[in-house]
Amino acid sequence: MKIHVTDQDGKQHELEALEGWRVMEVIRDWDLNIKAECGGSCACATCHVYVDPDWLQKLAPATDEEEDMLDTVGDVEDNSRLSCQILMSDDLDGLKITLAASAAKDEQAA
Amino acid sequence: MSGNEIVTDVVVIGAGPVGLFAVFELGLLDLKCHLIDILDRPGGQCAELYPEKPIYDIPGFPVVTGQALTDNLMQQIEPFGPEFHFNRMVNSIEKLEDGSFRLVTDADEVFLTKVVVVAAGGGSFQPKRPPVPGIEEYEGKSVFYSVRQMEAFRGEDLVIVGGGDSALDWTLNLAPLAKSVTLVHRRDDFRAAPASVNEMRALVAKGEVDLKIGQIAGLDGENGQLSAVRLKTADGEISVPATRLLPFFGLTMKLGPVADWGLELNDNLIAVDTEEFSTSIPGIFAIGDINHYPGKLKLILSGFHEGALMAQAAKRIVNPGERVVFQYTTSSTKLQKKLGVV
Ligand SMILES: Cc1cc2nc3c(=O)[nH]c(=O)nc-3n(C[C@H](O)[C@H](O)[C@H](O)COP(=O)(O)OP(=O)(O)OC[C@H]3O[C@@H](n4cnc5c(N)ncnc54)[C@H](O)[C@@H]3O)c2cc1C
Ligand code: FES
Repeated sequence: MKIHVTDQDGKQHELEALEGWRVMEVIRDWDLNIKAECGGSCACATCHVYVDPDWLQKLAPATDEEEDMLDTVGDVEDNSRLSCQILMSDDLDGLKITLAASAAKDEQAA
Repeated sequence: MSGNEIVTDVVVIGAGPVGLFAVFELGLLDLKCHLIDILDRPGGQCAELYPEKPIYDIPGFPVVTGQALTDNLMQQIEPFGPEFHFNRMVNSIEKLEDGSFRLVTDADEVFLTKVVVVAAGGGSFQPKRPPVPGIEEYEGKSVFYSVRQMEAFRGEDLVIVGGGDSALDWTLNLAPLAKSVTLVHRRDDFRAAPASVNEMRALVAKGEVDLKIGQIAGLDGENGQLSAVRLKTADGEISVPATRLLPFFGLTMKLGPVADWGLELNDNLIAVDTEEFSTSIPGIFAIGDINHYPGKLKLILSGFHEGALMAQAAKRIVNPGERVVFQYTTSSTKLQKKLGVV
């Protein structure tokens, strides 16, 4: 099972993902530039990603909690999601996402 | 040396749950504590990230919210009269010749202390900066992440961004002073208290506040002086004349100055000896989420345990030569007297 991630520098990565894992965990475990400060509790929004429009409808819709957290970042787009709220499953094999600037770790963030 | 130095046994950096409980363990051993936190209230992550959410793994509390746990800890340590210094960041720690420490905050206060306890959690809480190119140039001149003095905004054209309580509260408070207020939020749905939202909507209806649904696209101005904020809205990009911008996107944790104190670090966490939670600098201890040792669990429970062991070692530094007799709070009248329960 794979996900395709474009990082903040525009570099593309193909990552091996496991069923039942959160997309945030996959990105973090592969050492890409994601802060994920709250560890996946939907309490920080530092796991913000843009989902490729072709994949957007395949995801479970964002909960009110997720929308509220998305309010706390300044670079939200229509295809914004929190990657800790996306659970990997067969349907999402091949998922394409781009890391948002606001998800970057401190060292890399301005 | 100036006369406004604070002299104490222990300075605790961070008033999160672990820093608070450390005051209790230190207090039982008669050590006096000052606590410093960049936030304006105690509780650390519990108060800032999840005040209303339940915690289920605090011994003896089947369920307790982040705020209630904080309130209880504050009550528990009250007998020891800890002194709090909020809205202050500890910038530097210097070891003096006699083995004690000199701490300086960003407000230039000086603390002289025998022991430093770093309970800095995930680092200091700092405002989230919206990813707008060139915003740094305006910070502190036209862009502010908090309001210290309302008067500073009198007669200005304000753009306030955000959908939470801070954005709404300041919209309501500053509207009467400012020349104009434009509230910007990415959707027409607000997280803030419903009463504030209603009040804001009333001001919008009266034409006293302008509400725009969209996001900041860019800033215009010169030498840090803002003249307009460009917004990305559903109808395309628009420009709003503005002399001040107040973005309220909440807080994020940054390791901050902790990294510069010369302590041995392990992937941005402070390496400790688990016998007493001492760091690579004798007299400085690190407890809670900020420390690292094999098997570390980032749990409040672990931080409490670490505080108890740290306190024993801290006592030996503050009162060398004094024998520490281990006592239980249930059976020691001496301890109960300190707690004010007998
Ligand atoms: C959503 C969420 C749910 C959680 N649920 C649980 C749970 O159920 N059970 C559990 O055990 N844990 C839970 N945790 C983890 C728990 O909150 C942390 O383990 C705990 O807060 C750590 O406490 P602390 O006192 O070490 O640090 P913190 O709570 O991070 O407090 C550190 C304080 O130090 C201050 N500070 C840092 N540097 C400086 C400086 N230089 N100058 C001044 N001040 C400074 C910070 O501003 C902060 O207030 C949860 C965390 C999150 C985000
Ligand atoms: S990791 Fe914090 S919201 Fe996703």
